[in-house]
Formats: sequence, C-alpha cells, structure tokens
Amino acid sequence: MNFVEKFFEQNREKVAKGQKLHWLASTFEAFESFSFVSNKTAKARGAHFRDAIDSKRAIIVVVIALIPALLFGMYNVGWQHFNSLGQVASVGFWEMFWYGFLKVLPMIIVSYVVGLFIEFMFAQIREEEVNEGYLVTGLLIPMIVPPTTPLWQLVLAVIFGTVIGKEVFGGTGMNFMNPALVARAFLFFAYPSQMSGDMVWICDMPDGVTGATPLGEMLAGAVLPMASVCDMICGFIPGSVGETSLIAILIGACILLFTGIASWRIMLSIFCGGAVMGIIFNLIGANEYMQMPFWYHFLLGGFAFGAVFMATDPVTAAHTNCGKYIYGFLIGIMAVLIRVVNPAYPEGMMLAILLMNVFAPLIDYYVVNANINRRKKRMVSATNTK
Amino acid sequence: MSKVIKIPKGLDIHLYGEASKEVKQTSESSFALKPLDCTGVTPKLLVDVGDKVQIGSPVFYIKQNPKVKFVSPVAGEITEVKRGAKRVIEEIRIKSDGSDNSVDFGKQSIAELTAEQIREKMWESGVWTLLRQRPYDIIPDADATPEYIIIKGFDSAPLAPDYNLLVKGEKAAIQVGIDALKKLTSKTLYLSMNKETDEEIASLQNVEKKTFTGRHPYGNVSVQAEKISPINKGMRIWYVNLQDLIVIGRLFLDGKYYNKKIVALTGEEVKNPCYYEVIRGTNIATLVSGNVTDKNLRYISGNVLTGMRIEKDGYLGYYDNQITVIEEGNYKEGLGWMMPGLKKFSISKTFLRGFTAFCSKKPVHIDSNMHGSQRAYIFTGDFEKVMPMDIYPMQLIKACLAKDIDRMEELGIYEVDAEDFALCEVIDVSKTDVQDIIRQGLNLMREQGL
Repeated sequence: MNFVEKFFEQNREKVAKGQKLHWLASTFEAFESFSFVSNKTAKARGAHFRDAIDSKRAIIVVVIALIPALLFGMYNVGWQHFNSLGQVASVGFWEMFWYGFLKVLPMIIVSYVVGLFIEFMFAQIREEEVNEGYLVTGLLIPMIVPPTTPLWQLVLAVIFGTVIGKEVFGGTGMNFMNPALVARAFLFFAYPSQMSGDMVWICDMPDGVTGATPLGEMLAGAVLPMASVCDMICGFIPGSVGETSLIAILIGACILLFTGIASWRIMLSIFCGGAVMGIIFNLIGANEYMQMPFWYHFLLGGFAFGAVFMATDPVTAAHTNCGKYIYGFLIGIMAVLIRVVNPAYPEGMMLAILLMNVFAPLIDYYVVNANINRRKKRMVSATNTK
Repeated sequence: MSKVIKIPKGLDIHLYGEASKEVKQTSESSFALKPLDCTGVTPKLLVDVGDKVQIGSPVFYIKQNPKVKFVSPVAGEITEVKRGAKRVIEEIRIKSDGSDNSVDFGKQSIAELTAEQIREKMWESGVWTLLRQRPYDIIPDADATPEYIIIKGFDSAPLAPDYNLLVKGEKAAIQVGIDALKKLTSKTLYLSMNKETDEEIASLQNVEKKTFTGRHPYGNVSVQAEKISPINKGMRIWYVNLQDLIVIGRLFLDGKYYNKKIVALTGEEVKNPCYYEVIRGTNIATLVSGNVTDKNLRYISGNVLTGMRIEKDGYLGYYDNQITVIEEGNYKEGLGWMMPGLKKFSISKTFLRGFTAFCSKKPVHIDSNMHGSQRAYIFTGDFEKVMPMDIYPMQLIKACLAKDIDRMEELGIYEVDAEDFALCEVIDVSKTDVQDIIRQGLNLMREQGL
C-alpha cells in the first residue's frame, strides 16, 4: 500500500483550491478515502473516540446483502432463456449463469459509470466529499428492470433517477424519493412497451413464445399463476433481474437485519400490511385475483424485494421509529391494493413505495408533533399548578 | 429506601484502565484557572502578573455576573495570563509557594446566617462558581433561585471515578453544604444515587434521595431531571457535584476555601491507574510522568465522552474529577472500512467484534481516530437507541443546524445539554460533531436571552 499512499501524498497539492486540477478534488478525496481510512482524529472537546462504522462500511453491507439476489438473478436470466427454447435439461448450470452474466453485467457497468459520474460531478460542484449512497442505488437499478431493457434507456433512467430523484434536492440524505425507484418509474411511464407485457422478461425468446410474469397472468384473469409455489419461492419465474427469488432476498434480509443496517420495523410492517390487505380481498372474494391466497403476494413480483431493499432506504422512509410502522404497513396495503384493483399495472410495489416516500415526511410530522404537544401540555399544567 | 428509577436505554462502554481504589498523594507547584471550562464566562481580571495571592484570593469576576468571583486555589504568585485568539483569556497560571496561607472568610454556622449572608459569602469565596444551572450549563445568576437542585451523587461515564471514594470521610462537610443550599434557596434538594452508593452518602439529611439504575447516561443531570420534574421553558434548575459540596461545607466549617479534590487517573495507556489527592487546577505533569506508555497519547481532562483534550503538562479542568489517557489515533488504515474488525469498537454488528461482544463484557481498545469522514445524515433510528430521554435526537440536531429557535424549543432543547448527546456522537455513522452542534444551539438560545 506504500506506493498508493505516496501517490496521494505527492498529488494532494495539485487538486488544492486554485490549482489547475481542482476540478478533480472530490474525485481525489473519494479515491483516497476508499484506499485509506483517514488519519483524522476527534476534536479537542467532545467524544474522543468513535464507532468504527462509517458510511462506506454501512453501504458495503447493503451491497453484500444484494449479492445473493443478483447472482441468482443472473442465473435465472439464463434459465429463462434456455427454458423458452426448451433446452433447460441439456444446458449446464455454468452455461446458464454465463449467459445471464453477460446480459446483466453491461447493465451494472452502465448504471455505475453514468451514476457515479453524476455523483462525482455534483460533489465537485458543491465542493463536498462524494457520498457513497450511489453504490447501492447503482446496483439496485439494473436489478429492478427487465433483463431486456436497452442500455440507452437505462442511461436515461439513471440520469433521471439521480438528478431529479436526488441531486436537485441537495444530494444524498436530502432526497425524499428513492432514486432507484424514480429511475424505474421513469422507464415504466416513458417506455411502457419495454417495461411490461409478456415479451420483455426473457432474453432472446424464440418467435411465437410469450413469457408473462405470474403477476401479469393474474391480472389477465388466471385462476392461479402457472408456476408452482416452489418455483416462485426459488425464483424460477420471469421477472425483473433481482426480484424473482424469495430465498435469495431473504438471505439479504438476514444480513441487513442482523447487522442492523435496515429497519426491521419497516420490513415487518410491510408484510403485515400486505397480509391484512390480502386477507381482506380473500374475504371479499369478488374475482379470481381476490381469491388468490394472500401469501401469494409475497412470492409474486417485487413485493419481497421492495420490502427488503427499497422501502428500507433510511433517507426516504419515515425517520421516526413509530412512523416506520405506519409507513411500512401502508406500503403493504397499497401494494396489494394497486395490484388487485387497478386494471392497468400488474406491479403495485414500486408505486406503493414511491407514494409512501412522499407521505413519509407527513407521517413523521405527526409523530414528532405528538412529542411537541406532550411537552406543551406539560408546560401548561406546570404553570396552572403554580 | 425510595423507589428505584429505571433508565433502560443507553450504552455502557467498558474500557481498559479503571482506577484502582487507592488514593495517592502528589506534589505540584503549578496551577491554573481556566475560564473557558465554564460556559458563558467572560473573565474580568482582578490581579496582574506578579501579584501575590493567598488561597481564596479573588482572581477574576464574571463580566455577565459581576458579583461572582473566582478565587485562587493556592497561595503564591500569578505567573502568566495566557491568551488565545482575539485575546481571550485561556489560562491564569499561578505558581505555588508551598504555604497554606488562606483568606479567612470566618467560621459560621448556617443557623446563624440569613439566606442573603450565605449568598454573599459564596460569591466572595468563589464557591458560588461550583453551582451550575440548567438549561445552558452555566454558573447561576448571583441573585437567582432555582426550582430545585440536583446533587450529582454518582457518575456513569466510562471509567468514571467512584464517588464513594471521592467524598470518603467528608460527610460532615457535605451535610453543612446541603444545609447551606437549603437555607439559601428553600427549595427541594435531590441527591441522585445508584446501587453502588454507600451508607455514608445515603445517610445524608435534608435531601430527597433518588436512586437510579440503568446504563450511561443515567448519571447525567438532564436524564435525572427529566424523571424528577422536566425542565420547561423559563424554568431554571441548579446542580452541584457531590465532591464540590465539600468545598461549600468547609467554607462554613473552617472559614477557608478548601482547595483539595480527589481525581481518578484512568485510561488504557496509564500504567497504574488510581486516585490522587490534588489541589484544584493542578498541572497534570507530575501525575502522568512515568506512569504512561510511550505511545502517541491524548490526555483528556474529564472522561472520553465529554472531556477536553489537554497537553501532557496541561491543567485539570475546573469541574473535572477524572483524567483519561488514551492513544492518539492519527494513523491511516489501508482499506480499513473493509477489514473484518475483530478488535474494533462498534455497536453495529457490521464488524466481527459485534459478534463476540455478544458473549463477553471484555473491555475494548479505543483511540481517537474518527474512522471516516463527515457525510450527510443517512441512517435513522440509531441515536434513539442511546437516548433515554423523551427527545427526538436527529430532529433536534437538525433544528440546531438550521438555527431554528422555535423548533429547538418545541423539541426540548431546554431539557438537554451537549453531554447527553455524547453517545450519539460516538455511534454517528455520518461522523458529525453532535455535541458541538447542540452546544452551539444552546449558545444561540442563551444569546437570545431565552
């Protein structure tokens, strides 16, 4: 590591304020702090030691938690392709994985290169250090779109998601909507034919074959999805890259919950909300979709992925502990409601989370106000007793 | 025994270097008064360099509170007035001549004095400065009366000194101190105790005793005040450290300024951590020389959560009864954020030590490295884990950053002090100086005259 350290030491001057290369200052700092945890020490007054965790550590845990779903997603992209050709039995595991890997990797690269460029640019404009948040967003975006999404659309979505979803509000920590979902919503409404239907979920399908997602089948009026429960739990169904396998998502959920990075309150209450709405529909039972066992919702589409990775984004979720229960519960309810009742969109999770992102500050407002009112009341009663 | 008040939230951090229960003597000839240790004090000097002083001679008075004087803890000569930026007085150094010549304030029993006479005597002898007011943690106004007084009878910070030991054998003086404050204010005095508090303290009269149990910060005044009677807008309470009550008591018993105190020398880098009987404002050089390791060290007057860094020949803080020595963490760590972290302190379980910390209460090594640099606030819900009060920490911090006075008031700024946010500062993923933010918020409120 010595020569790396030397490199940074020698070039620090060149990016200082007023120097020619100052426009690279944020970039320089980002790479330096990536290579070395800095030698900054605590101030003269205050806490003289700090927890070893920093935002890099926290962010990398989320990325690690995403890896199982990502790897399975790559494999499933291959599996779906060869399944549509009827060759699943004859093609080996690695060949399927390699096929999916080659499909997904370019999407990840495009997402990171474009997104990080924007991040570095805005950090430099603000003369700040680069926040690490995009490392998660950049991986999430390719995982929540169909594997056939054209790369140029992905570029536009990433630009829209990071600039409109985040940077215009002041960057990481200041945004109120999840930038990855903003990117997906952009694609969903700008290019609906490439984001839904039964032709986009499987790469290079032969002519005459269609591959609807189980959610799409239900919306079209099926009694139950064609795939078996086992396939839906394992993830051998068409869908967005990362969302299909419940098992892989649950592994990620365990990592997030054990390390305490994601809020268990949000995850738990989303599943509760989804279950409550599903049971209500079961009781109404007006059509086949309503009669579908409520827990099928957890297996279908992006429900689990959204609950574990998207809704738990701490910046855009409710900030108070009490608010988190309400926020999660309403997401669960809205997701199932949108899925079952509206005639246009098969997937309700994305819209439910975005909607609740918008409402999260309002929820917090009322939770914090309860605290404020408690204090005011106490003061009034104190002056009355005097 | 009164009802025990439980404070379940918080965090006890076990560190190496707890002081062994023996009190050593030491001799030192250099002392200093540091006005900056006292919030909101602008000193107006009453002496010049070269002046001779006795124990108890006035050295300066407070510009904002002119009746209240600070006095010299030793007899000797003023050697230096050290000034910092904008000519702010940082230290008034006094060289001791080794004698114990004292100003005689007159022995008097509390019973024969009026409240006004007690007040005056406390201003003149400098012991008034040992009282502090919440909100703002300042020395109370000379003519003010609080709603109630808390006597801080134990400390829950990491490696904190054992108060039983600090006040051993001084029960009579403390009792006089209590009686004086009682007569002065005719308000309720509360004595905070924990389970370790011994009979000597627990048998004090004329105070209402409150026993607390829980984790740090259950020893903090704000946390205790919230349980006793929360501080509303416009309300003022006082608190005083149990050891400082000895000084107040002895003023009436002996008629002199009692200049001794017992401090704990603690921390991982101290070879033989133990207690020392010192004179207030002492230089720490003789205490630490030869008793610390050869590493690059940070000397802290106070504890590791709220203390002030001083030089190795710096002076003990005005209110501190603890000195902590830890390693200075000015090293770079290659890819440190990726390492497994078997020995790193972290309450998150993103490091391996999080797993092992489950099963053992083994102390942990710490140093002053920040382990990262400042970022936007991303994570939520962490601060609440270590904040036992009915306060929304993140929201209050943001209100302070925004200098939004109304919002700070609504969210309970009067109930807290910077020290209550020390644990938030330690665990903050975004590496912000939370205590500074709160302190600046409080200063803003104070300057507005609220």
